[in-house]
Amino acid sequence: MFNHGIIEKSTPLMLLLILLSLGIGGMVQIIPLFKVESTIEPVSGVRPYSPLELIGRNIYMREGCYNCHSQQVRPFRDEVDRYGHYSLAAEGVYDYPFLWGSKRTGPDLARVGGKYSNEWHAAHLRNPQAVLPESIMPDYAFLERPLDYDDIELHLRTLRFIGVPYDDADIEAARDDIIAQAQPDTGDSTALRERYADAPLGPFTGHTEGVNEMDALIAYLQVLGTMVDFTTFDPETMLQGQEVGR
Amino acid sequence: MSAQAAAQPAGSMQTEARPLTYADDAIRLFTIATVLWAFIGMAAGVFIAAQLAFPWLNFHEWINFGRFRPVHTSGVILGFGGNALLATSYYVVQRTCQTRLFGPNWFHILQFWLFQVVLLSAAGSYVLGFTQSKEYAEPEWIFDILITVWWVSYLVVYVGTLVKRKEPHIYVANWFFLSYIVAVAMLHTVNNISIPISLFSMHSYTVYSGVQSAMIQWWYGHNMVGFFLTAGFIGIMYYFVPKQAERPIYSYRLSIVHFWALIFLYIWAGPHHLHYTALPDWAQTLGVVFSVMLWMPSWGGMVNGIMTLSGAWHKLRTDPIMRFLVVAVAFYGMSTFEGPLMSIKEVNALSHYTDWTVGHVHSGALGWVAFVAFGAVYYLVPRLWRRTMHSVALIEVHFWLASIGILLYITAMWVSGITQGLMWRTYDENGFLLYTFSDTVAMLHPYYVTRFLGGVLYIAGVVVMMYNLYRTITGPIIARTSTPLGSAPKAGLTPAE
Repeated sequence: MFNHGIIEKSTPLMLLLILLSLGIGGMVQIIPLFKVESTIEPVSGVRPYSPLELIGRNIYMREGCYNCHSQQVRPFRDEVDRYGHYSLAAEGVYDYPFLWGSKRTGPDLARVGGKYSNEWHAAHLRNPQAVLPESIMPDYAFLERPLDYDDIELHLRTLRFIGVPYDDADIEAARDDIIAQAQPDTGDSTALRERYADAPLGPFTGHTEGVNEMDALIAYLQVLGTMVDFTTFDPETMLQGQEVGR
Repeated sequence: MSAQAAAQPAGSMQTEARPLTYADDAIRLFTIATVLWAFIGMAAGVFIAAQLAFPWLNFHEWINFGRFRPVHTSGVILGFGGNALLATSYYVVQRTCQTRLFGPNWFHILQFWLFQVVLLSAAGSYVLGFTQSKEYAEPEWIFDILITVWWVSYLVVYVGTLVKRKEPHIYVANWFFLSYIVAVAMLHTVNNISIPISLFSMHSYTVYSGVQSAMIQWWYGHNMVGFFLTAGFIGIMYYFVPKQAERPIYSYRLSIVHFWALIFLYIWAGPHHLHYTALPDWAQTLGVVFSVMLWMPSWGGMVNGIMTLSGAWHKLRTDPIMRFLVVAVAFYGMSTFEGPLMSIKEVNALSHYTDWTVGHVHSGALGWVAFVAFGAVYYLVPRLWRRTMHSVALIEVHFWLASIGILLYITAMWVSGITQGLMWRTYDENGFLLYTFSDTVAMLHPYYVTRFLGGVLYIAGVVVMMYNLYRTITGPIIARTSTPLGSAPKAGLTPAE
C-alpha cells in the first residue's frame, strides 16, 4: 500500500509533485494551439488594424467595453440571425489580446462594422438613451476630445516585434493614415486603403477638422467583422472549430 | 491600532510546553486589511450593480461601469481574498509547523505594505484607463512585474517556514496553501507576458493573439478561481473548521485523494469559458470532460469539511462562527455542482453571456469564499489581539444579513439570466426573432434592482462586522486567549488530525 507519509514529510517532494500535477493540463491544452494550421482557418481578407482602428481598439479596451460586449458569434441559428456569420479563429489573429468577452450586458459586437452609419454611432455614443431608450449603457460624450497619437509609431513597432506584419512604410505613414482615415477630404485615403484594404472612412463624428477619440473608436467599431468577405466564403467546407487546415 | 498591536508580544497561542513565539505582527495587519478590502471591494460591487439598474450613475469617465468593474473584481479577489489568504496562510503555517515564520518580522510587515500599495495603485490605474483588458488580469505590465517579485517573496517565506518545521508531517491545510501559491505564480507569469511600447509608458501588448490569447487567458482565469479562490480557501477550511468544531478532520484518506485529484483536474477546465467559440473543438471537449470530473474532488472537500462536525452538530445552533464556516462549505458544494452543470455545452449554450454566470460566480464568492474568510477573521481577531469578542449577537446579525443578501442576489441572477437567454433564442411563428436585444435589457430592470438590494444587505453585514471587530480590538485585554463564546480553547497547536 502506498504511503502518502513519504510525500507529507518532504517539502521538496511535495513541491515537485504539485508542479507536475499543475503543469500537465496547461501544456496539453495550450501548446498544440500554436500549431497554427490546425487552429486557424485559411481565409483571406484579415489584415492588421490601421493606426486609427488600432487606437480605437485601445480606447475600447481603456473604457472596458469588453466588460459588457462580447465579440464572438456562436454557431447558433439565433445568433447568426441576430449578429451575422459565426466568428472564425482567423478573424482574431491580429487581436492582441482577444476581446471575446464573457457577458452580453449589451449586444455582441463581433460583426457590428457597417451595420450602422457613422452618424448613428456618434449619436449613440454621445447619448445611448436618446437612440435606444431601454439602453443602460454609459454615455461617452467625453470621447469628443483630441486624440493623442504621438506614440503611434511605438505601438506599431511593438506589434511588429510581436509578429504583426507592419512594414517600415506603414510605420512611416502612420500619422498621415490617421488623418486620411478620419478626415478623408484632407488626407490621402487612396494610399491608406492600399495599405489597409477597405478601411472604413470618416468623417465619423461630423467634425471636419482634427481627430478625436470618438473618431478612432468608431473607426474600430466600423471595421469589426468586415474583413472576411462572407459572400465568397463557403461554410460547408469548414465546420466550426474543427480541423480545417487540410 | 497597529501601534497597539505592536505593543503586544508576538504570538498569542503559546503553550506551556514550548515557549515558542509566532511572528504575528504582519498577520494582525493582514487581518485588518482583509476587513477593509471587503468593504472597499463590495462597496464598488454594490455601486456597479446600481449602475446597471440606474444607468445615470455613470456620471464620470473614471467611475463608468467599464472602468470601475475591475476595481470591484480586484478589490474583492485580490484585496479581500488576497489579504485573507495571507493572514490565514501565515497564521496556519506557523501553528501547524510549530515554528516561527521564515524571515525577519520587518520583512513580513514590508510585504504587507507593498501588497497594499500595489493593490491601491493598480485600482487607481484602472479608473485612469490603464488596463490589459484581460478579466482578472487587468493590471498593466509594471504592476505585473511588481506582483511577480512580490509573489516570489511570499513563496520563499512560505516554503522557508515549511522547511524549518518542527512537525514531521506537513499538515493538509499547507498542501492546499502551497499548491495555490505555486499555481498563482505559474498562471500569473504565463498569462501576463507582454511587451511595453516603451519603458516610460504604461501601455503594453500581450504576446498572444486571438485563439491562443483566449485559451491562455481562461486557463488563467478559471484557475485563479480554482487555486486562489478554491485551493487557498480549502486550506483555510482545513485549519479553521476543525479548530472551531474542536473535532478531527473527518477523513485523512479523503483529504489525500481529493487534494491530488483537485489540483490535477482543475487546470484542464478553462476551455469551458470558451464553448462554441473559435477555440478548436478538442479543447472545448477536454474542458467539459474535466469540469464534470472536477465535481467529485470538489464534493470530496465539501464532505470532509462538513462531516468534520460529526458529533458537534449542536455547534451550528449555538456558534455563529461555526455556522459561517459550515454554510460556506455548503455553498462550496452547491457552486461546484452548478459549475460542472454549466460547463456542459448544451447548458452553456443557454447560460453563457447571461447573468446566470454572474449569479454562479457570486454564490461561490459571497457564499463560499467570503463566508470562510468571515469565519476565519472572527476566529483570528480575539486570538491575535487577546480580546473577548465584543458581541456574539452581532455575528448572528452579520450572518443573517449576509445570507438573505446572497439569496436575493443569486435568485435574481438565475431568473434574469435564464429569462434573457431564452428570450434571445425565441422565434415568432413566422421564423423571425421575437425580441430585440433592447427588449431583453428592459426586462432585466427589476432583477437588477433586486440584486442591488441583495448587495446592500450583504455589505450591511460587513459594516456590522467592522463595528464588532473594532469594539473587540479596542476592548480590554484578557490574560489568556479564549474563544469568542467564552469557553477555554484546547491546548494543542496542531489541528486535530
